Amino acid sequence: MLSALDKKILNAVQEEFPLDPRPFAVIAERLHTDEETILTRLETLKKDGFLRRIGAYFDSDALGYQGTLVALRVVPEKLPEVAEKINRFSGVTHNYEREGEYNLWFTLQTVSSDQTREILNELHAFPGIEDMIELPSAKKYKVRVQFRL
Amino acid sequence: MIEEKDWRIVCALADGIPITYRPYAALAKKAGMGEAEFLSRLEELKKQGVLRRVGAVLQHRQAGFSANALCAWIVPKERLDEVGTAISREEAVSHCYSRAPIPKWPYNFYVMLHARDRKTCEEIADRIARDCDLGERKTFYSVREWKKESMKYSGAEK
Repeated sequence: MLSALDKKILNAVQEEFPLDPRPFAVIAERLHTDEETILTRLETLKKDGFLRRIGAYFDSDALGYQGTLVALRVVPEKLPEVAEKINRFSGVTHNYEREGEYNLWFTLQTVSSDQTREILNELHAFPGIEDMIELPSAKKYKVRVQFRL
Repeated sequence: MIEEKDWRIVCALADGIPITYRPYAALAKKAGMGEAEFLSRLEELKKQGVLRRVGAVLQHRQAGFSANALCAWIVPKERLDEVGTAISREEAVSHCYSRAPIPKWPYNFYVMLHARDRKTCEEIADRIARDCDLGERKTFYSVREWKKESMKYSGAEK
Protein backbone atom coordinates (compact mmCIF):
# COMPACT_ATOMS: atom_id res chain seq x y z
CA MET A 1 0.00 0.00 0.00
CA LEU A 2 1.33 3.42 -0.87
CA SER A 3 1.69 5.96 1.91
CA ALA A 4 0.68 9.59 1.43
CA LEU A 5 4.37 10.50 1.14
CA ASP A 6 4.99 7.76 -1.45
CA LYS A 7 2.14 9.10 -3.56
CA LYS A 8 3.50 12.63 -3.30
CA ILE A 9 6.96 11.41 -4.31
CA LEU A 10 5.65 9.40 -7.28
CA ASN A 11 3.56 12.35 -8.46
CA ALA A 12 6.56 14.67 -8.11
CA VAL A 13 9.05 12.50 -10.01
CA GLN A 14 6.54 12.12 -12.84
CA GLU A 15 6.57 15.91 -13.26
CA GLU A 16 9.62 17.72 -14.61
CA PHE A 17 12.59 15.92 -13.14
CA PRO A 18 15.27 18.50 -12.27
CA LEU A 19 18.32 18.90 -14.51
CA ASP A 20 20.37 19.80 -11.48
CA PRO A 21 23.49 18.13 -10.06
CA ARG A 22 21.42 17.07 -7.02
CA PRO A 23 17.96 16.39 -8.52
CA PHE A 24 16.68 14.41 -5.54
CA ALA A 25 17.62 17.26 -3.20
CA VAL A 26 15.55 19.62 -5.37
CA ILE A 27 12.57 17.25 -5.16
CA ALA A 28 13.08 16.87 -1.41
CA GLU A 29 12.91 20.63 -1.03
CA ARG A 30 9.69 20.79 -3.05
CA LEU A 31 8.13 18.17 -0.79
CA HIS A 32 9.55 19.59 2.45
CA THR A 33 11.57 16.53 3.28
CA ASP A 34 15.23 15.53 2.91
CA GLU A 35 17.22 14.01 0.09
CA GLU A 36 17.99 10.82 2.02
CA THR A 37 14.26 10.10 2.51
CA ILE A 38 13.53 10.62 -1.19
CA LEU A 39 16.34 8.29 -2.26
CA THR A 40 15.35 5.58 0.22
CA ARG A 41 11.65 5.72 -0.64
CA LEU A 42 12.33 5.67 -4.40
CA GLU A 43 14.62 2.63 -4.05
CA THR A 44 11.86 0.85 -2.15
CA LEU A 45 9.17 1.89 -4.63
CA LYS A 46 11.31 0.55 -7.43
CA LYS A 47 11.96 -2.72 -5.64
CA ASP A 48 8.25 -3.09 -4.87
CA GLY A 49 7.39 -2.61 -8.52
CA PHE A 50 5.60 0.74 -8.43
CA LEU A 51 8.36 2.67 -10.13
CA ARG A 52 9.57 1.33 -13.43
CA ARG A 53 12.40 3.81 -13.98
CA ILE A 54 13.42 7.42 -14.01
CA GLY A 55 14.61 8.29 -17.46
CA ALA A 56 15.15 10.81 -20.21
CA TYR A 57 12.72 10.45 -23.09
CA PHE A 58 13.83 11.64 -26.48
CA ASP A 59 11.77 12.49 -29.52
CA SER A 60 12.39 9.49 -31.74
CA ASP A 61 11.66 11.51 -34.90
CA ALA A 62 14.35 14.02 -33.95
CA LEU A 63 16.86 11.19 -33.56
CA GLY A 64 16.02 9.91 -37.03
CA TYR A 65 13.74 7.02 -36.11
CA GLN A 66 10.31 6.23 -37.48
CA GLY A 67 7.61 4.46 -35.55
CA THR A 68 4.90 2.06 -36.48
CA LEU A 69 2.17 0.08 -34.73
CA VAL A 70 1.61 -3.51 -35.77
CA ALA A 71 -1.46 -5.57 -34.96
CA LEU A 72 -1.51 -9.34 -35.25
CA ARG A 73 -4.12 -12.04 -35.10
CA VAL A 74 -2.31 -14.98 -33.57
CA VAL A 75 -3.62 -18.47 -32.89
CA PRO A 76 -3.99 -18.51 -29.08
CA GLU A 77 -1.74 -21.52 -28.51
CA LYS A 78 1.06 -19.91 -30.51
CA LEU A 79 0.80 -16.52 -28.83
CA PRO A 80 3.60 -16.89 -26.26
CA GLU A 81 6.06 -18.01 -28.93
CA VAL A 82 5.13 -15.20 -31.29
CA ALA A 83 5.29 -12.64 -28.46
CA GLU A 84 8.76 -13.79 -27.48
CA LYS A 85 9.91 -13.73 -31.09
CA ILE A 86 8.72 -10.11 -31.37
CA ASN A 87 10.42 -9.14 -28.11
CA ARG A 88 13.78 -10.09 -29.51
CA PHE A 89 13.75 -7.19 -31.99
CA SER A 90 15.49 -4.27 -30.30
CA GLY A 91 13.24 -1.61 -31.86
CA VAL A 92 10.17 -3.12 -30.19
CA THR A 93 9.33 -1.03 -27.13
CA HIS A 94 5.73 -2.06 -26.36
CA ASN A 95 4.23 -5.49 -26.94
CA TYR A 96 0.80 -6.17 -25.48
CA GLU A 97 -1.65 -9.00 -25.68
CA ARG A 98 -5.13 -7.50 -26.06
CA GLU A 99 -8.71 -8.66 -26.26
CA GLY A 100 -10.33 -8.32 -29.67
CA GLU A 101 -10.02 -9.29 -33.31
CA TYR A 102 -6.30 -8.50 -33.21
CA ASN A 103 -4.82 -10.02 -30.08
CA LEU A 104 -1.19 -8.92 -30.14
CA TRP A 105 -0.07 -5.31 -30.68
CA PHE A 106 3.46 -4.00 -30.74
CA THR A 107 5.28 -0.79 -31.55
CA LEU A 108 8.43 -0.78 -33.61
CA GLN A 109 11.02 1.93 -34.10
CA THR A 110 13.52 1.70 -36.90
CA VAL A 111 15.80 4.01 -38.89
CA SER A 112 14.26 3.20 -42.27
CA SER A 113 11.21 1.74 -43.99
CA ASP A 114 13.49 -0.97 -45.37
CA GLN A 115 14.46 -2.04 -41.88
CA THR A 116 10.78 -2.12 -40.86
CA ARG A 117 9.94 -4.13 -43.95
CA GLU A 118 12.71 -6.62 -43.24
CA ILE A 119 11.56 -7.22 -39.67
CA LEU A 120 7.90 -7.56 -40.64
CA ASN A 121 8.72 -9.96 -43.46
CA GLU A 122 10.72 -12.13 -41.11
CA LEU A 123 7.87 -12.07 -38.64
CA HIS A 124 5.18 -12.77 -41.18
CA ALA A 125 6.75 -16.14 -41.99
CA PHE A 126 6.51 -17.18 -38.35
CA PRO A 127 3.91 -19.90 -37.69
CA GLY A 128 0.70 -19.01 -35.90
CA ILE A 129 0.16 -15.54 -37.36
CA GLU A 130 -3.16 -15.44 -39.23
CA ASP A 131 -3.21 -11.76 -40.05
CA MET A 132 -0.94 -8.77 -39.65
CA ILE A 133 -1.64 -5.10 -40.24
CA GLU A 134 0.86 -2.30 -40.09
CA LEU A 135 -0.20 1.20 -39.06
CA PRO A 136 2.65 3.70 -39.48
CA SER A 137 2.23 6.84 -37.40
CA ALA A 138 1.15 9.84 -39.44
CA LYS A 139 1.07 12.48 -36.69
CA LYS A 140 1.85 12.36 -33.01
CA TYR A 141 -0.61 14.37 -30.95
CA LYS A 142 0.36 13.25 -27.50
CA VAL A 143 2.87 11.10 -25.69
CA ARG A 144 2.64 11.80 -22.01
CA VAL A 145 2.52 8.89 -19.67
CA GLN A 146 1.60 10.23 -16.28
CA PHE A 147 -0.52 8.68 -13.55
CA ARG A 148 -1.73 10.95 -10.80
CA LEU A 149 -1.94 9.05 -7.53
CA MET B 1 20.29 15.40 -36.66
CA ILE B 2 22.24 15.75 -33.44
CA GLU B 3 26.00 15.97 -32.88
CA GLU B 4 28.25 13.09 -31.95
CA LYS B 5 28.66 14.44 -28.41
CA ASP B 6 24.89 14.51 -27.96
CA TRP B 7 24.63 10.94 -29.18
CA ARG B 8 26.97 9.97 -26.37
CA ILE B 9 24.54 11.59 -23.95
CA VAL B 10 21.57 9.75 -25.48
CA CYS B 11 23.44 6.44 -25.21
CA ALA B 12 24.61 7.09 -21.65
CA LEU B 13 20.96 7.55 -20.68
CA ALA B 14 19.82 4.26 -22.22
CA ASP B 15 19.41 2.57 -18.86
CA GLY B 16 17.77 5.53 -17.20
CA ILE B 17 18.80 7.86 -14.40
CA PRO B 18 20.16 6.12 -11.30
CA ILE B 19 18.65 6.83 -7.89
CA THR B 20 21.80 8.27 -6.32
CA TYR B 21 22.99 11.61 -4.91
CA ARG B 22 24.76 12.71 -8.08
CA PRO B 23 23.16 10.70 -10.90
CA TYR B 24 24.24 13.03 -13.71
CA ALA B 25 27.90 12.93 -12.62
CA ALA B 26 27.94 9.16 -13.19
CA LEU B 27 26.12 9.45 -16.53
CA ALA B 28 28.42 12.26 -17.67
CA LYS B 29 31.42 10.08 -16.94
CA LYS B 30 29.89 7.34 -19.10
CA ALA B 31 29.44 9.89 -21.88
CA GLY B 32 33.03 11.08 -21.49
CA MET B 33 32.38 14.63 -20.34
CA GLY B 34 31.94 16.67 -17.20
CA GLU B 35 28.70 16.92 -15.24
CA ALA B 36 28.25 20.61 -16.06
CA GLU B 37 28.59 20.06 -19.80
CA PHE B 38 26.32 17.01 -19.65
CA LEU B 39 23.59 19.04 -17.94
CA SER B 40 23.92 22.08 -20.16
CA ARG B 41 23.76 19.94 -23.28
CA LEU B 42 20.67 18.18 -21.93
CA GLU B 43 19.09 21.60 -21.30
CA GLU B 44 19.87 22.54 -24.88
CA LEU B 45 18.42 19.30 -26.28
CA LYS B 46 15.30 19.98 -24.28
CA LYS B 47 15.02 23.49 -25.65
CA GLN B 48 15.30 22.06 -29.18
CA GLY B 49 12.58 19.52 -28.44
CA VAL B 50 14.93 16.58 -29.01
CA LEU B 51 14.55 15.71 -25.34
CA ARG B 52 10.83 15.42 -24.68
CA ARG B 53 10.82 14.83 -20.98
CA VAL B 54 12.85 13.74 -18.00
CA GLY B 55 10.92 11.92 -15.33
CA ALA B 56 9.62 8.73 -13.83
CA VAL B 57 7.54 6.05 -15.47
CA LEU B 58 5.39 3.96 -13.14
CA GLN B 59 4.33 0.36 -13.36
CA HIS B 60 0.79 1.53 -13.99
CA ARG B 61 -0.95 -1.74 -13.15
CA GLN B 62 0.83 -1.97 -9.84
CA ALA B 63 -0.08 1.66 -9.18
CA GLY B 64 -3.78 0.80 -9.57
CA PHE B 65 -4.45 1.55 -13.24
CA SER B 66 -5.69 -1.85 -14.34
CA ALA B 67 -7.92 -0.89 -17.26
CA ASN B 68 -5.74 0.04 -20.21
CA ALA B 69 -7.38 0.30 -23.58
CA LEU B 70 -6.21 1.05 -27.06
CA CYS B 71 -9.15 2.79 -28.75
CA ALA B 72 -9.41 3.29 -32.48
CA TRP B 73 -11.77 5.52 -34.43
CA ILE B 74 -12.28 6.63 -37.98
CA VAL B 75 -11.84 10.39 -38.06
CA PRO B 76 -12.28 12.38 -41.28
CA LYS B 77 -8.90 13.69 -42.44
CA GLU B 78 -9.88 17.33 -42.14
CA ARG B 79 -10.91 16.85 -38.49
CA LEU B 80 -7.76 14.98 -37.31
CA ASP B 81 -5.91 18.01 -35.92
CA GLU B 82 -8.94 19.39 -34.11
CA VAL B 83 -9.82 16.03 -32.55
CA GLY B 84 -6.18 15.17 -31.79
CA THR B 85 -5.64 18.46 -30.00
CA ALA B 86 -8.83 18.15 -27.96
CA ILE B 87 -8.22 14.56 -26.91
CA SER B 88 -4.60 15.25 -25.98
CA ARG B 89 -5.84 17.49 -23.19
CA GLU B 90 -7.45 14.51 -21.45
CA GLU B 91 -5.51 13.33 -18.42
CA ALA B 92 -6.50 9.67 -18.97
CA VAL B 93 -4.91 9.73 -22.42
CA SER B 94 -1.22 8.79 -22.61
CA HIS B 95 -0.73 8.34 -26.35
CA CYS B 96 -2.65 9.85 -29.24
CA TYR B 97 -1.64 9.31 -32.88
CA SER B 98 -3.14 9.49 -36.29
CA ARG B 99 -2.08 6.60 -38.49
CA ALA B 100 -2.31 5.73 -42.14
CA PRO B 101 -5.40 3.53 -42.64
CA ILE B 102 -5.45 0.52 -44.94
CA PRO B 103 -8.42 -0.69 -47.00
CA LYS B 104 -9.34 -3.63 -44.78
CA TRP B 105 -8.79 -1.59 -41.61
CA PRO B 106 -9.98 2.00 -42.04
CA TYR B 107 -9.29 3.12 -38.46
CA ASN B 108 -6.91 6.08 -38.57
CA PHE B 109 -7.01 7.54 -35.05
CA TYR B 110 -5.54 5.81 -32.00
CA VAL B 111 -5.72 6.65 -28.32
CA MET B 112 -4.35 4.87 -25.25
CA LEU B 113 -6.64 5.28 -22.27
CA HIS B 114 -5.85 4.35 -18.67
CA ALA B 115 -8.29 4.01 -15.77
CA ARG B 116 -8.63 2.17 -12.50
CA ASP B 117 -11.37 -0.12 -13.85
CA ARG B 118 -13.11 -0.93 -17.13
CA LYS B 119 -16.33 0.82 -16.24
CA THR B 120 -14.47 4.09 -15.73
CA CYS B 121 -12.47 3.51 -18.88
CA GLU B 122 -15.65 2.97 -20.92
CA GLU B 123 -17.21 6.10 -19.46
CA ILE B 124 -14.18 8.17 -20.40
CA ALA B 125 -14.08 6.72 -23.91
CA ASP B 126 -17.80 7.36 -24.39
CA ARG B 127 -17.55 10.91 -23.13
CA ILE B 128 -14.54 11.68 -25.32
CA ALA B 129 -16.35 10.26 -28.35
CA ARG B 130 -19.43 12.34 -27.55
CA ASP B 131 -17.43 15.53 -26.97
CA CYS B 132 -15.56 15.10 -30.25
CA ASP B 133 -18.51 13.72 -32.19
CA LEU B 134 -16.73 10.49 -33.11
CA GLY B 135 -18.35 7.41 -34.56
CA GLU B 136 -17.97 3.73 -33.83
CA ARG B 137 -15.10 2.77 -31.55
CA LYS B 138 -12.86 -0.30 -31.60
CA THR B 139 -11.52 -1.06 -28.13
CA PHE B 140 -8.65 -3.37 -27.30
CA TYR B 141 -8.06 -3.87 -23.59
CA SER B 142 -4.62 -5.09 -22.65
CA VAL B 143 -4.60 -8.47 -20.93
CA ARG B 144 -0.89 -9.10 -20.72
CA GLU B 145 2.27 -7.07 -21.05
CA TRP B 146 4.90 -8.97 -23.01
CA LYS B 147 7.30 -6.10 -23.31
CA LYS B 148 7.43 -2.50 -22.21
CA GLU B 149 10.73 -0.75 -22.21
CA SER B 150 12.29 2.46 -23.27
CA MET B 151 13.86 2.64 -26.66
CA LYS B 152 17.59 2.04 -26.40
CA TYR B 153 19.04 4.34 -29.01
CA SER B 154 22.44 3.08 -29.90
CA GLY B 155 23.28 5.55 -32.61
CA ALA B 156 25.03 2.61 -34.25
CA GLU B 157 22.40 2.35 -36.98
CA LYS B 158 23.33 5.80 -38.26
